[in-house]
Amino acid sequence: MKLEDKLFLDQYKVDSEPHLKIKIPDVCLECEHKQCTWVCPAGVYKWDEDSKKIIVGWENCMEMGACVVACNEYDNIEMHYPKGGYGISYKFG
Amino acid sequence: MSDKFDVIIVGAGPSGSAAALTLAKAGLSVVVFERGEYPGAKNMFGGVLYTPILNRLVPNFWEEAPIERHITKRRFGLLSEGSEAAFEYRCEDFNTSPPYNQSFSALRAQFDPWLAKKAEEAGAMIIPETVVDDLIWKDGKVCGVKARREGGEVEADVVIAADGVNSFLAKKSGLRKAFTWNVLAVAAKEVIALPRETIEDRFSLEGDEGVAMEFFGDAVAGMVGAGFIYTNKETLSVGVACTINAFIDKKIVPNDLLERFKAHPSIRRLIRKGETLEYSGHMIPEGGYNQVPEIITDGLVLVGDAAHLVNASFYHEGTNLAMASGLYAAETIIEAKEKGDFSQKGLQGYRTKLEESFVLKDIKKYRLVESWANKNPKFFKEYPDLALDLLKDYFTISEKPKETIQKELTKKFRSKIKLLRTMVELNQFRKTFFSS
Repeated sequence: MKLEDKLFLDQYKVDSEPHLKIKIPDVCLECEHKQCTWVCPAGVYKWDEDSKKIIVGWENCMEMGACVVACNEYDNIEMHYPKGGYGISYKFG
Repeated sequence: MSDKFDVIIVGAGPSGSAAALTLAKAGLSVVVFERGEYPGAKNMFGGVLYTPILNRLVPNFWEEAPIERHITKRRFGLLSEGSEAAFEYRCEDFNTSPPYNQSFSALRAQFDPWLAKKAEEAGAMIIPETVVDDLIWKDGKVCGVKARREGGEVEADVVIAADGVNSFLAKKSGLRKAFTWNVLAVAAKEVIALPRETIEDRFSLEGDEGVAMEFFGDAVAGMVGAGFIYTNKETLSVGVACTINAFIDKKIVPNDLLERFKAHPSIRRLIRKGETLEYSGHMIPEGGYNQVPEIITDGLVLVGDAAHLVNASFYHEGTNLAMASGLYAAETIIEAKEKGDFSQKGLQGYRTKLEESFVLKDIKKYRLVESWANKNPKFFKEYPDLALDLLKDYFTISEKPKETIQKELTKKFRSKIKLLRTMVELNQFRKTFFSS
């Protein structure tokens, strides 16, 4: 089953502002393995070869925080929680 | 909202609600802030719930709690590509009458709201849809929180940080230990619907009994971690959990690992024709005793995942420890209120209660698990593959005389294993999981 189809099953209330941010995009150029792209179950982080940037699909975020830990060498991901009641809401969990 | 409460709790998961329920029953004024739309909205686990503490919090909980199946069977499967060796244990004594073996499959978005409701009925105020961003300090002591809402500065004698594995409050208080890749696991899970009869027939279950299955080796591509299937009434919880460094080293994303697990011949038969209802992810604090931080400071205690209280051995126990920590924190605060001392010293009884109970005794007992797992990748890939390869040779029927097969097996075993070294490794395994 494709990730997009799975994420479509989940219930999100999308906040108007992103709760995830790459602090300094240029720092990602130094990062060899792009660890943030390997640890996220929702595939929030994607390396875009054209723009040489990490694209952050924060709308799909499950708020688990692994990205921040994966980036601890550069400490370049800023995460705070979405507004109360926004973000993902599990029905089963 | 009243200006000051006895206790503010941040997070209405099992630890927060256990604390709220205990405090409210003792007559203390309690407010619980929960950032989800409802308690449990942000939570997921494997999941099997162990219930000795829950039964103290809510006696005869099984008569009303939204739990799924009582676990009578445990199964550990070792997978290689295309084959499986398994160990299964079932006990009819676990099937007689509630609370059975104090272990139940459950779904957190259904269980957590129920426990929060019990706290509310006891007098705690539960405020959902509210993020707490920071602590309020006065004279070096925590005396409240800043909630992200109008008039969000609320004061209390004590704040309980029950805000989960990421605990931004533990971080802001300076208590949280640094996170490294090997002390946290990433879990991805699907809830898969199947008719009740299909689940019972397929897993050989009667009535509401259930099975907890864990799979190692090729189940998770030889990474440090495991795959799992837990039976609910009309769904299966199917997932994988591996350390962060395992995903980074292997360069595989959690969803691909989960799909790979689901496609294994031993797994796909168990989930076939199932319909996925939900996909979820969470981080598990698996660092063990060395990663448990200081959990008390003046006016603040950490409970549950925020305190890194998970037993990551074969028991995979978190929610029971979370509820225990909430209960002990609450009991300590009730005592502290009598003395009017909410300083670190006045709250020290919380740590003592954890140390003297199964909570920190168990976490201490298994303190080597995290470092063992990260230093012994062979146990997750090389050894399972070899064991299954030898089993295949042993069971393969041909015209070859059995004596020849045995000789070839011995030869293969000797060529792959350095006996002395493996003995040392097995002894370390024994020490890590089974020594007293």
